Amino acid sequence: MHDHPHGHPTQPDLEDAPFTEYQVMALALEELLIDKGLITADSMRQGIEAMDAPRPAHGARLVARCWVDPAFEARVLQSTNDAAVELGLNLGETPIHAVKNTLEVHHVIVCTLCSCYPAGLLGEKPDWYKSRAYRSRVVREPRAVLEDFGTHLPADMEVRVHDSTAERRYVVIPLRPQGTEGMTEGELATCVTRDCLIGVALPRIPR
Amino acid sequence: MSTAKFAAGQPVRVRAAFPLGHIRTPYYTRGCVGTIESLAGLDPNPEHLAYGRHDQPPVPLYRVRFQQSALWPAYRGNPQDTVVVDIFEHWLEASDHA
Repeated sequence: MHDHPHGHPTQPDLEDAPFTEYQVMALALEELLIDKGLITADSMRQGIEAMDAPRPAHGARLVARCWVDPAFEARVLQSTNDAAVELGLNLGETPIHAVKNTLEVHHVIVCTLCSCYPAGLLGEKPDWYKSRAYRSRVVREPRAVLEDFGTHLPADMEVRVHDSTAERRYVVIPLRPQGTEGMTEGELATCVTRDCLIGVALPRIPR
Repeated sequence: MSTAKFAAGQPVRVRAAFPLGHIRTPYYTRGCVGTIESLAGLDPNPEHLAYGRHDQPPVPLYRVRFQQSALWPAYRGNPQDTVVVDIFEHWLEASDHA
């Protein structure tokens, strides 16, 4: 099948593209700050580690605790940043506002202007969340977008899309799925994926 | 410190204005009528921050809830479906329409 001579295109390495003006400025600034002794390479790396530390599993832990502890859930709905401290999580300075799904209302998160995301809780955002397709479609045909994710909601349920346009972030507290009555908090957390916390998927018991 | 001009449940119209600058009010909401869901808080105005003006007082930021049909007249789906957008007070004016 592959006996004919031809070259396959290879994905260019990151370094193959010329630096943009902003990359040059960022690198120059970093070198200057290090040369002047204001920061160190080690403190830069630690800062990046701290930014990389949050992850979807933290959101899953938060939701599982909400499901087993209504008083905790009430505190999460009041201030997610403050309540998360009880789980040993530092969500950072940007306020995160939790919205709770009910049998009547299903919440979905987007940022149409850029790609604001509850990174302090969930970490790195998925590529599709940054895509123009998701950002432009989910505010005007949310049900079609949810169907694309395989999420089917009852026609009489309200879909409420949150467009995070300011310095505040949103996260969805999904409904606890049926059949999880006997589960421990740790087992419950395994039912909650990143997409559930954005609102494009529903929790389910892992197979 | 400014105080919030609008209360939860109050109908508001987003100004149909198109100034230049770092505007965080989405185009698709301009001129549309929604309802104040809640006061999100008092936050620095990004239209000032973007130009390095950090000496300005914080301004009320609201969560404004729109019926999908108010944003997209051809919306197909449950007429109860909504979009909630964070909008600063100076972009809102009181509306007679609910």
